[in-house]
Amino acid sequence: MTDSWRQPHRLLLVALGALTVFFLLAPTLVVVPMSFTASNSLTFPPEGFSTRWYEKMVTDPQWSTGFVNSAKVAFLTAVLATALGTLAALGTVRGRFPGRNGLQLLILSPLIVPVIIIAIGMFSVFVRWKLAGSIAGLVLAHTALAMPFVVVNVATSLRTVDRNLELAAQSLGAGPVRTFRRITLPLILPGVMAGGLFAFITSWDEVVVSIFLTSARFRTLPVEMWEQVRQVVDPTVAAVATTLLAVTTTILLLALVVRRQAPAR
Amino acid sequence: MRQLRPVNARSGRRSREGPIVNRWALLAILPIAFLGAFFLVPLVVVSLRSVTDFAKPTGDAFANYGRFFASAANLRVLGNTFWVATLSTVVCLALGYPYAYLMNIVRPRVAGLLLIAVLLPFWSSLLVRTYAWQVILRDTGIINTFLLDSKVVDEPIPLIRTTLGVMLGMSQILLPFMVLPIYAVMRRIDPEYTKAAANLGAPPFAAFRRVFLPLSLPGVLAGTLLVFVLALGFYITPALLGSPKDTMISQFIASAVQQRLDWGIGSTMAVILMGLTFAVLVIASRFIRLRDAFGSLEES
Repeated sequence: MTDSWRQPHRLLLVALGALTVFFLLAPTLVVVPMSFTASNSLTFPPEGFSTRWYEKMVTDPQWSTGFVNSAKVAFLTAVLATALGTLAALGTVRGRFPGRNGLQLLILSPLIVPVIIIAIGMFSVFVRWKLAGSIAGLVLAHTALAMPFVVVNVATSLRTVDRNLELAAQSLGAGPVRTFRRITLPLILPGVMAGGLFAFITSWDEVVVSIFLTSARFRTLPVEMWEQVRQVVDPTVAAVATTLLAVTTTILLLALVVRRQAPAR
Repeated sequence: MRQLRPVNARSGRRSREGPIVNRWALLAILPIAFLGAFFLVPLVVVSLRSVTDFAKPTGDAFANYGRFFASAANLRVLGNTFWVATLSTVVCLALGYPYAYLMNIVRPRVAGLLLIAVLLPFWSSLLVRTYAWQVILRDTGIINTFLLDSKVVDEPIPLIRTTLGVMLGMSQILLPFMVLPIYAVMRRIDPEYTKAAANLGAPPFAAFRRVFLPLSLPGVLAGTLLVFVLALGFYITPALLGSPKDTMISQFIASAVQQRLDWGIGSTMAVILMGLTFAVLVIASRFIRLRDAFGSLEES
């Protein structure tokens, strides 16, 4: 069946595949050229070329502080989620304790529980704990949402670690901490770093929980976009969308490259 | 798992299954405490508010549930949520299965590119993608501008604020969740099986239908489950692309809490949505292993 690409059903399959690629990518990418339009409205194909909407985004304090807030929250979330997620992966992959399977499901459950429920729940609790509307509150919330991605990436690389290397280190006199630092950690580092990058993206793009946990004085870029997308029709929103997309894509590609890396020696 | 033995030996237990608790388990304490405080407590508080927050004083703890199910409008939103989730799942399956199949038969390099085409949208902002659909579908959007300019229509055709619009946006956003589990299962199917069927005289389609399709079914079930469950909780996309008629339960929850400040009914609907989500998962877990369904996303 190897040389049957010209058969009608194969052609149909390829056509359908091409259509699906178009459906997956084109609608989103259309925003990119439109953000460089010279006209005052979003038209396709864009009229002329101009970076004025990017200038407007950078000079408008609402957008620019939103950008800075998003970057701060995403960075702190990546750090916290990587630390907690790595611990959780070590504990659930290597650990033995009653209820381990249940715990693994709990760790993954932020992916599956409808985000609006998480949002109103966190809002309800964080208001009482004086965490709502603060950067700390949002980082804690995003960390819970981002942890599954770290756990999954670290657990995957942890399962490929050859335990004999650790035993060899221990038999040569290294204590558990030293064995972890010198043997295990370097071996799982690609997974840890990829997990951290995915955590960054999760926070960077998060909007529903952020809508509830931010205030008019402290907003992230997606929340600002959500507030404006229903009223403003000028192409600044397209410039913001392109910016969000560019950051996400860069970090995603970075994560995919990092994960392919052979473990550091 | 022989390598685990030294750890067991040191802890001084000699049961064949090893100790009930080992030292690695201690590492999980901090993350468990974190998720407990900042994830589980909020969910518990929401559940409690559904039986303690009331618009009017009442002696019936389940008054909010009575109120919810007494209203035809609420039930319509619930029905619509299921309807839109079902439609999106069907579209995702119709596009996702052939796509995963194609990924499985092309050369590895092409398969890698097809995988990137799935991963890029999988990771890019849901809000940005919904906004893009808005730009395409609205009355002054790309499609209508094109149709008006080329004189195919005299006035814009309604695309935004329709169920079709919501479905397009949701299917595009959810499609990766269908493709990835199906592809993960297909990749593990030994190509020798279909070859054997062909050698025994099965025409290509029969070999596919009788051998390959049944073997790929676990992936189909996992993808369908993921897409359907995630679709039930959609908020941003129906809010921006749908009409009030297309309201889904997440939007209802948000407006109850944000605009009407009616935490009683808002948290009640949240519990109902959570219950439905878990009910779907529990039913599905009778047919597939849930960890496989989630696990397929790990390999992405």
